[in-house]
Amino acid sequence: MKRLSVESLLPALCVVLATVVILGVSFEQNGDLERTVRFYVGFLGVAAVLAIFALALNLQWGNTGVFNFGVAGFFLIGAYTAAIITKEPDRTSFEDYFGGFGPKLDIAPFLHTDQWFPFLVAIVVSGAVCGLIAYLISIPTLRLREDYLAIATIGVAELTRRIAIEEQSIGNGTRGLGNIPGPLQGTVNANDYRYVFLTVAIVLVVILFIVLERSVRSPWGRVLRALREDELTTEASGKSVSAYKTQAFVMGAVIMGVGGAMYAFEARAISPETFTHFFGTFLIWTMVIVGGSGNNKGVLVGAYVVWAFWQSSLLIQSYDMPDVLQVRIPFFRDMILGLLIVIVLLFMPKGLIPERARVSIWAERALRGIRQADAGGPAPPPTPDKTETKDT
Amino acid sequence: MTTTAETTPIRPGLTETLRGLRNHGDVVLALILWMLVPFQAAAWLIYGEAGASDLKWEALSLPLLAVVVPLTLRYGDAIRPNAESIASLGLAANMAVFTVGAFAWERDGLVTGVVSGSLFALGAIGITLIYGILKFGHFAHGDSMMLSAYLAFMFLTGSIAGEAQNHDVQILPFNTRDLPGAADDIWRFSFGYSLLVAMGLTALVMAVLLIGLDRAVYGPLRRRGSGIVTYSIASLGLALVIRSLMLIFWGSDPRFYSPGIRRSTELPFQIHILYDQIFILGMAFAMMAALYLLLYRTKLGKSMRAMSDNADLSRICGINTERTVMWTWAISGAFVAIAGVMLGLQTQLRPELGFIILLPLFASAILGGVGSPQGALVGGLLIGIVQETSVTSGLVDPGYKFSVAAIVLIVILLVRPRGLFGRSQ
Repeated sequence: MKRLSVESLLPALCVVLATVVILGVSFEQNGDLERTVRFYVGFLGVAAVLAIFALALNLQWGNTGVFNFGVAGFFLIGAYTAAIITKEPDRTSFEDYFGGFGPKLDIAPFLHTDQWFPFLVAIVVSGAVCGLIAYLISIPTLRLREDYLAIATIGVAELTRRIAIEEQSIGNGTRGLGNIPGPLQGTVNANDYRYVFLTVAIVLVVILFIVLERSVRSPWGRVLRALREDELTTEASGKSVSAYKTQAFVMGAVIMGVGGAMYAFEARAISPETFTHFFGTFLIWTMVIVGGSGNNKGVLVGAYVVWAFWQSSLLIQSYDMPDVLQVRIPFFRDMILGLLIVIVLLFMPKGLIPERARVSIWAERALRGIRQADAGGPAPPPTPDKTETKDT
Repeated sequence: MTTTAETTPIRPGLTETLRGLRNHGDVVLALILWMLVPFQAAAWLIYGEAGASDLKWEALSLPLLAVVVPLTLRYGDAIRPNAESIASLGLAANMAVFTVGAFAWERDGLVTGVVSGSLFALGAIGITLIYGILKFGHFAHGDSMMLSAYLAFMFLTGSIAGEAQNHDVQILPFNTRDLPGAADDIWRFSFGYSLLVAMGLTALVMAVLLIGLDRAVYGPLRRRGSGIVTYSIASLGLALVIRSLMLIFWGSDPRFYSPGIRRSTELPFQIHILYDQIFILGMAFAMMAALYLLLYRTKLGKSMRAMSDNADLSRICGINTERTVMWTWAISGAFVAIAGVMLGLQTQLRPELGFIILLPLFASAILGGVGSPQGALVGGLLIGIVQETSVTSGLVDPGYKFSVAAIVLIVILLVRPRGLFGRSQ
């Protein structure tokens, strides 16, 4: 039996606490159970979308040590790509954008492909565009020190946001894009759509989780973790550090593109103001650091807990309180997020669920076999005398 | 080398072309940088003649394909051994053409550029010192700069934001404006000695604050032996905290020190400059001189330089490394505080400027060469000039002002990651 300790209970405790807080606060606000549940389902949908980003960042930073401070840039590129692919080609006088391929992608009417096919295309293209951009960034920066990549990605994130603001014809400038359709939207009425979206998002998260868990355990993933720990040794054993880093960085960016597309479908309206460094980058980093970098399960827990804190603190704002405090709640929330990063780094550097030391899946199986043989298998051969072994 | 160039097929297929280009990325870059020189010169000449330049960056793409690709495929192998120095020279030539063009036709932008460049340099000093001695990028530096601007505002007026907009409350029992005669303008500046007192107080507070942050956050991480990246993430967390403190105390409305008129003067060569800008330049260069004396004439400076060379060795030699680290934070804090206050003289105070200004600061530090204070000065000035004049001359849209630093940064990382004065790693 595994011994129960405070550390092993802490993540479960945090999840329960976060759920109680978010449900309690929203029940208090909404007053009836049905609306609370509806709120919670919407909350879970966004949490799942953000969990995609946290998983991607965990591949880049947690497993490989690639220092991406520009998540917001990939977030924006993914969301805008998805939006301009799925939107209607007819523009209103207030909107000016590139693309609008949505209805053209309806290839087989009897299959209702317009309900899912454009979204599939959008997700794939968003991922591909983000991957390409990540590859281009990786050429100059991945050969250098880690912090150079960090500052370069901050630069790229800022640049993409500026482009989204300045270039009116790509994404309607500061006004942003609205009326973005969602996958399978026409199959249910608008009120129940959030259940459909939640299902789609959760299926996507589960697929990504399984794929990432398997790839992290594969020989490829082992190289990533090896070069995170010690680049020189990894290079000495014949692995191209820059190639593996590039692969991890591009893979992560592809997943971020997918997440960005999902965000666009969830939010329905995006503007450059959404993808600030704050929301797009720091929030995701906090999720990864709090959850436990290097551990995909931990990162999911982190995404849930941090997003619950984020949402519930927004709900608290409508309580009765002095104006001085009320207008400042968003700022206090930012501060707590920053403090959370620092406190976790100082006192719990491995996060809620620490990364487990892992070896090859084959080595694990072999070890398990040996243990089973020790425990319940045929009796081990009689041990020779201690004095004898010492002699030899 | 020449034999391989001769054996390449005269008309290579697409795959060979792409492979050739990929193998000679540094050659392509060097050639692109050299092609930029005449492009820029042409853009400046048109601008000088017509007052506005129609030359857009898209015009570069065709000659790039027509000249760079064949040249790379033909002479790539011959150029490659010297690609880095050719590219560095190309970068230098670009900067030179830019500066000359700016001096000839865009003096106002040049003046603003030099002034904001000297502010970037003061901020980059802190980044480069921390980089040299503690080996990590301090991402809270931009926000520290903005916080010091707000602290000076608080010392100046004694107030912070209250319940509603435009409704400040006094929290300090004093403010520097109440000092006798403090509000009267000195010479022709737009401020009295109250701002200087506030600046001194801010420098003190920031030095103490950064030492405190080191004691509370970076010190424990250092003792645990964390990787450099952990410090950077911690500094990012602190940047968030500092930013939200600014928002909590002073709100998101822009603020400025004094609404008074700023007087300007004309120097030789038809250079128009504000008196405040003269003050900023004088102060910045005085601080640089003081830093030079500190680093090269005092024992503390010697131990700082020793630590940035080799921390372990200097500890063995009996240098008190913790004390040196403390002084490093104090000096960085004082420099960033004064830069921040002078930034407040130059522009409005906005909390979100803190994170945006991080890019020019890092670009200055990296362009100059990380760990080199002289480099930070030159890098800061260059970044300032390029950022301001590229916008005022119309070569870049005003919205992209702060992205210019990001682009320069990426080009430096491509061409010469160790910077102008940096040691090769």
